Amino acid sequence: MTETTIPTSATAPAGQTGVSGMALERIRENVSEPPPTEKIGALRWLRRNLFNSPINSALTVIFLALLAYWGVAFFEWGILNAVWYTKDSNVCREATGACWAVIAEKHRPMLFGLYPYDEHWRLVIALVVYLGTVCVTLAPPFWKKYILVPMWIVSLAVVGTLLWGGVFGLKYVDATDWGGLPLTMVLFTGTLLFGFPIAILLALGRRSRLPAVKAISVTLIESMRGVPLITILFVAVNVFPLFLPEGMDINKMLRVVIGMAIFFACYQAEVIRGGLQAIPRGQYEAAEALGLGYWRMTYKIILPQALRICLPGIVNHIIAAFKNTSFVLIIGLFDILTATTSVMQDPLWRRFFVEAYLFVALVYFVFCFALSKYSHQVERWLNEGRRF
Amino acid sequence: MSSQVAARKAERDEPVIRLVDVNKWYGEFQALKNINLTVNRGERVVVCGPSGSGKSTMIRCINRLEEHQRGSIVVDGIELTDNLKNIEAIRSEVGMVFQSFNLFPHLSVVDNLTLAPMWVRKMPKKDAEEIAMEYLKRVKIPEQAFKYPGQLSGGQQQRVAIARALCMQPKIMLFDEPTSALDPEMIKEVLDVMVELAESGMTMIVVTHEMGFAKTVADTMVFMDEGEIVEIAPPSVFFENPSSDRTKLFLSQILTH
Amino acid sequence: MAVADLPRKSNTSVLNSLAFRGVVYQILLAAAVLFAGWYLYYNANTNLERQGIATGFSFLNEAAGFGIGESPVPYDSADSYGRALVVGILNTLHVAIVGIVLATILGVVMGIARVSSNWLISKLASAYVEACRNVPVVLHVIFWASIIRNLPSPRQAFSPFEGVFITNRGLTYPIPVGNPVYPWMGLALLIGIVGAIVLAKWAGRRRELTGRYFPTFWPGLGLVLGLPLIVWLAGGAPLEWSVPALRGFNYRGGASMTPEFVALLVGITVYTGAYIAEIVRAGIQSVPHGQVEAARAIGLRPGLVMRFVILPQALRVIVPPTTSQYLSLTKNSSLGVLIGYPDLVNVGNTTLNQTGQAVEAIAIMMVVYLSISLTISLFMNVYNRLVAIKER
Repeated sequence: MTETTIPTSATAPAGQTGVSGMALERIRENVSEPPPTEKIGALRWLRRNLFNSPINSALTVIFLALLAYWGVAFFEWGILNAVWYTKDSNVCREATGACWAVIAEKHRPMLFGLYPYDEHWRLVIALVVYLGTVCVTLAPPFWKKYILVPMWIVSLAVVGTLLWGGVFGLKYVDATDWGGLPLTMVLFTGTLLFGFPIAILLALGRRSRLPAVKAISVTLIESMRGVPLITILFVAVNVFPLFLPEGMDINKMLRVVIGMAIFFACYQAEVIRGGLQAIPRGQYEAAEALGLGYWRMTYKIILPQALRICLPGIVNHIIAAFKNTSFVLIIGLFDILTATTSVMQDPLWRRFFVEAYLFVALVYFVFCFALSKYSHQVERWLNEGRRF
Repeated sequence: MSSQVAARKAERDEPVIRLVDVNKWYGEFQALKNINLTVNRGERVVVCGPSGSGKSTMIRCINRLEEHQRGSIVVDGIELTDNLKNIEAIRSEVGMVFQSFNLFPHLSVVDNLTLAPMWVRKMPKKDAEEIAMEYLKRVKIPEQAFKYPGQLSGGQQQRVAIARALCMQPKIMLFDEPTSALDPEMIKEVLDVMVELAESGMTMIVVTHEMGFAKTVADTMVFMDEGEIVEIAPPSVFFENPSSDRTKLFLSQILTH
Repeated sequence: MAVADLPRKSNTSVLNSLAFRGVVYQILLAAAVLFAGWYLYYNANTNLERQGIATGFSFLNEAAGFGIGESPVPYDSADSYGRALVVGILNTLHVAIVGIVLATILGVVMGIARVSSNWLISKLASAYVEACRNVPVVLHVIFWASIIRNLPSPRQAFSPFEGVFITNRGLTYPIPVGNPVYPWMGLALLIGIVGAIVLAKWAGRRRELTGRYFPTFWPGLGLVLGLPLIVWLAGGAPLEWSVPALRGFNYRGGASMTPEFVALLVGITVYTGAYIAEIVRAGIQSVPHGQVEAARAIGLRPGLVMRFVILPQALRVIVPPTTSQYLSLTKNSSLGVLIGYPDLVNVGNTTLNQTGQAVEAIAIMMVVYLSISLTISLFMNVYNRLVAIKER
């Protein structure tokens, strides 16, 4: 460090410094000091974040006390006094803590429903393949048609073979026996596969200049969004078969998937419409000026941009679609929640429903939370202007 | 120039802002290093420097939009600390104009201007509106009084922002890069208002890149770089014969156009 | 050579005109839709005839033959299906309105907690939001229904306060016995509210004219609460409660909420409250920080900054998605069918099973829900137009 004279107008003599009484400062090598140590660190953090005003201090104290009280109680119930593994429900009955053993005992029917016991390994492999494919799909480097489409075709074929069986020496399992987590995944995938194209068509239809197309789109979208999912499921189960000619019968699960797909499509269409609206008119005009027809323009230019813009909203509705699979409880398809409620009818283990439902809640939570974190990440990418 | 200067010197010997050894850190990064600056009543100070040099941070410390960790800031005799009463007293004497205008979009222009006088200075609505119209005339857009900010151009919005700060009749005006967000053709109208304000005797600290404005209006030029004040000089010395190499480098970059 | 003399290309055939094509596509589409509609209708009719199921809405006048667990209006099994469905609608509205009020309060509190400067409170609120949003609403409702069903019976009731009992029969609590003073108190309350409004307006005018501030909140509150209190005291301060007491296996006296109502209410309120909390948080954070700084720079205190700068702008962002959450909550009330709460879908489902007239029953359900949605959307559009920020 060289010169250190620091001027103030009070100390500088008037004569040599010019009009406003300021001295010229000498040059000084620029060196940073570290911040004063008592100002950072744990104590300062506590002061700033927990005790920064009388009200906040009071609230912090109250809530810390409550947390401690409940935390200890939960710890005692959930961990200290809990029974982790036993085949005898009386052991659980006598214990004061949680009965996590109910999960150990019942997790197979909860997770896999009525699927034949010996064939569960097929479901596990199918789930692993499916989840792996989903994870790959979510990563932007893989967003090329020549990767995604073949990968999904192969993966769905593998999963289908494993679930149905009947070939390669695998025992055949009819679709009505599917249940649990795989059924949730099947419903979820079906909803997205059928629903997405419909959503895009509806979104485009609603923005169409042709009045009839627009009218049909608007009517369908607003009707579906105005009624509860339960009524749609009722229609799928009770009313849909009436519309089919005599003798024709469509699998209940397929009908439910179609119903949920249309429901999902109507909500998703609104999100996509938002994305379409955000695209500047200039894009449409440039494409038309180049002579591209409507469908080519839409497919190659408009949709790729629109989907990127509204990607966070799209992911949010995908999460909602996953949670909505639980509605099939009402119509008797055995997804993971239905399987759990029917498993809990067992009189020996019936009273431990809290542990069982917490387990199912955890399964949903893990999937949905992961997807929502992914959605935040996508938003961050978009804000950074990342090109993908 | 010297007779005007002499006349002003008499009234301007009292310091109205005094920064002594002011240091500020953002976490581990030191944004202000031993800042010492005194501003007298009626003085016009222009602060310039490369981006990230701490110019905005320094003037934002003066009205407590940022907190300094070490050193002292005294504004109009009141020391700036965590004391809320002091902060409020200082804020009613110091007006600030922001780079992004920060007008309240849901209120009309006249409502933007009368909000603080009515609720902080407890003026009757009529008086507040009179003052508002007077300042709107002064910034030359009285006809926009009942429009909303979204309906005005950038230059008009910034002039409304200046009028809003003036309606509290502050003793000191701080300008944080007031023209940096404006299209070139609107910069002049804002600078004209600032020049007129300066000539009426307002104490001003202006952070800006507009060197033409600085040469016209400034009593003192302050050059900041990397968190510290490198050079303080009157414009005549600052532009013709700066003593620091860093100042010379900066001026060469900025004055080539 | 002028442009007009250039030889024209002769490709102006009407078949290629965009407008013509558009018309053709629409005619084809309309024809397809009509044909599909007719086909479905024909099939449906044939199938229904074959199965011997009646069509038409005359079943609404027939006796229902089933009881309904709770109803705001008198109903018994001899009443018609039509009346049963009306009871279902009333029950749906009942749980929806209470749910909307509670979810709003919960959501606003949690949303504000999320943006609190207190780290602990902010994290706790986040935990609530994430835990509740990522679990399906069906699971919420089933969970609470199971808990309430497994509560102790009235003989071993859990009683947090004197006279309040939480059991597997629901929530039983004391209510005041009717007394002639009460209608007068209601009148006094109305007068108090009107008085408080008048006071606020007068204080506002006074402030505009003179700049002097007259406090309106506490005096207003005093009017609203004080006038009824005075009337009550003047009437001899009657305070007779009907306290529930255990008689045999159940309670006599007091009022109660059925376990199904409580379970459904708690489930959908907690779930929707989490979504509203997120909306409130986003609304508060949507106000650009620069405006808050500008407001502080001109000397406004935090309370005034909230009132004039943050809240007006935040509300514009908060209200539209919140009304769609209200809609979502109303639709989720249909989960009553899962736990035995007699909402519209539950009653409709029973009707459907007894009469076999699925199409009519489901159609009625859908029309009712659609009407509720459209009404709420209409109000929201009007609100949006009223508060839109004016731009060029």
